[in-house]
Amino acid sequence: MSPASAPTFLETLPLLPQRLIGDALRSLGIPEAFAAAAETAVAAIIVFSLFAGMFALLSLIERKVLARVQNRPGPNRVGPCGILQPVADGIKMLTKEDVVPVSADRLLHFLAPVLIVIPSILALGVLPYGREWVPVPATLGLLFFFAVGAMTELSIFLAGWASGSKFPLLGAMRAIAQMVSYELPLILSATAVVMLSGTLSLPEIVEKQGGWTLGFLPAWNLFTPWGLVAGSIFFIAGIAEANRCPFDLPEGESEIVAGHMTEYSGFKYALFFMGEYLGLFALSSLGITLFLGGWQAPLPGLGFVPSYVWFFLKLAVVIFLFLWIRATFPRVRMDQLMRFAWMFLIPVALLNLPSAAVWHYAGGGLMGWLACGPFLVLPYLALTIHFNRKLAQSTRTYRFAE
Amino acid sequence: MSAPVDSLSQPRFVAGDNGDRLLQVSLGPQHPSTHGVFRMNVDLDGETVVRLKPVFGYLHRNHEKIAESATYLGSIPYTDRLDYICSLTNNWAYALAVEKLAGIEVPERAEYLRIITAELTRLINHTAFAGFILGDMGAWGSALMYAFREREKILDLFEDLTGARMMCNYMRFGGCRCDTPEGWVDRAKKVVAEYPAFLDELEQLLLGNEILLARTRDVGALPAATLLDGGITGPLLRAAGCAYDVRKVDGYGLYSRFKFRVPLGGHGDCYDRIMIRFLEMRESLAILREALDTLPAGPVINPKVKVRAFKPPVGEAYARIEGPKGELGFYLVSDGSPRPYRYRVRPPSFINLTLLEDMCLGRDLADVVVILGSIDIVLGEVDR
Repeated sequence: MSPASAPTFLETLPLLPQRLIGDALRSLGIPEAFAAAAETAVAAIIVFSLFAGMFALLSLIERKVLARVQNRPGPNRVGPCGILQPVADGIKMLTKEDVVPVSADRLLHFLAPVLIVIPSILALGVLPYGREWVPVPATLGLLFFFAVGAMTELSIFLAGWASGSKFPLLGAMRAIAQMVSYELPLILSATAVVMLSGTLSLPEIVEKQGGWTLGFLPAWNLFTPWGLVAGSIFFIAGIAEANRCPFDLPEGESEIVAGHMTEYSGFKYALFFMGEYLGLFALSSLGITLFLGGWQAPLPGLGFVPSYVWFFLKLAVVIFLFLWIRATFPRVRMDQLMRFAWMFLIPVALLNLPSAAVWHYAGGGLMGWLACGPFLVLPYLALTIHFNRKLAQSTRTYRFAE
Repeated sequence: MSAPVDSLSQPRFVAGDNGDRLLQVSLGPQHPSTHGVFRMNVDLDGETVVRLKPVFGYLHRNHEKIAESATYLGSIPYTDRLDYICSLTNNWAYALAVEKLAGIEVPERAEYLRIITAELTRLINHTAFAGFILGDMGAWGSALMYAFREREKILDLFEDLTGARMMCNYMRFGGCRCDTPEGWVDRAKKVVAEYPAFLDELEQLLLGNEILLARTRDVGALPAATLLDGGITGPLLRAAGCAYDVRKVDGYGLYSRFKFRVPLGGHGDCYDRIMIRFLEMRESLAILREALDTLPAGPVINPKVKVRAFKPPVGEAYARIEGPKGELGFYLVSDGSPRPYRYRVRPPSFINLTLLEDMCLGRDLADVVVILGSIDIVLGEVDR
């Protein structure tokens, strides 16, 4: 329970390999700088292999969950309950012919899938997975995250342009417009957290969300008025950033076949897939860190469970939400998507900043809710009433001819 | 290899009317949402459609010419393959044309069975339509799988009745091929009784969804006059508010005995087209309930009709029915021989497709897919 006491063995378990290697190198008389570098490398390898494994697992779970929603069994032929399906998929991807269109720019066509994986891996490095488990403790972690995250757009556009083909080009155009627009609400909603935490360091942001309100409710940012709004905006904008349904326009398969991935096959295609899933993990993890208390336990008295378990449980819940939404919603159109970002998400995210300030000066608690509430509820109501006016007016009735 | 590479190195542009460069995209024939091997050459300004040219014929199989060298009876299984989702209505339209040509009476029980199977087919078609159009909007699978779950129950009924699930080959001149097996009517009643609950579920799932509203409202609407000029029929025309249903206009079969209403839309956009189909399913269920309850006893085929060496008198006949997709007609010319001199299909899918460009101009590429889905085509019927 008490953070002051020495961390338990389980708590530091993910750090064990890097410590062992570091100690071994030091005992051999290797200079400290090299030993520290080796430690970081091992930490990075652990995170990468963990998420690569989770990617394989998720590719199966996604198909299983989708199948259950659609009332069919899903993959169940390879191994017990289809558990080996990712292996089969991997072998298939590796052995497929790698087709490069004659009209493609061969170098850029090759680079794009490689480049799309890198930013996600970099972003995953700075996240705090547990009380002790922070692969790369960076004081400006949040800034770093958004900086490398912005590279994703570039590689998607690269893929679309370098394919020298029409559907990828359309997909790339959509991707640029969408991701640039949705990065704004994403960053604006994170800004509210930065304002109140007073830090850009992700581990510190999580530390500040420790403790309990009323003795049982965790003091996560989500359970404040500004945090609720910012968290919802972050989630919606995150769906768009991760190219997930209902905002999966860059690869809208019913319209532009596969968007920027149309001209890719074999392992390059798998890399796109991987980049997308790693990006999904990274964004969900950041959302958890900012709004859902990171590795903090959800109820008092559960401190004996290693903190990273809570982190990954929360990740599983968030990812399931993504899958659920994918199984349920149709896709929006480009103009609707842009209008939603610029006319709803960004104004609300901007209004949320003063409300976070009000919360700070009201000192939180009931006063904070009363002071913040009108700030958020009134504009929200005004905007939704404004946008739903057309829908509400046109409730349709149908005539019948006898 | 060098020469073509240069010409391919950039996506190809075509000139627009005022000299601007348009991106020409070939949607299809192997595109995920053209409902088969249909192709559209779309000229895009950004993502806005400036020109759209439908290209079809990839599934042409010489249906009409083959029918001219087959006997009248021999063409019935072939009609199954026109609109392969709705084989029973195809059977009926063809049988009706031959009956008109040769002046054949149909027993009452057969007429009832025809109405029952045709309305079940309408249910199948409209249910699957709801799934397909959601797929076109990007909700792959969920709605379609729910639709197919219900379709399966009706296909089971068809299998029991006709021996086949999709290619039923059930109707003959002067009636139907065989009578209902034991307990079939009760099973059909059960399916019909359970169907409204499923429709409620599907409507609740789909029709209030804001994304669906945003994607379909005011998309692809054309005035009813234009649709009439284009020869558009079926739910498409009724969604625009024009009360034209061949079941009411002609009263073929025994439809005039049944009480049902024809739902009419006011806007003619994709949303109305979806709604009209949902409402039509409710009316079909009313017909089915009545028909299954009052199904008379008696023969299912006119015993006087010669099936073999069948030679209708010299003449011509056009018969039409209200197929699930619109007015389905067969035109036959007989020269007194066992084979039709001319055999012509009026396929609703094909004719409804003719106004596709007018519906799509100025819309997004994403709308084109939804509009095409809302027309509800089956390529087997478009290309024949």
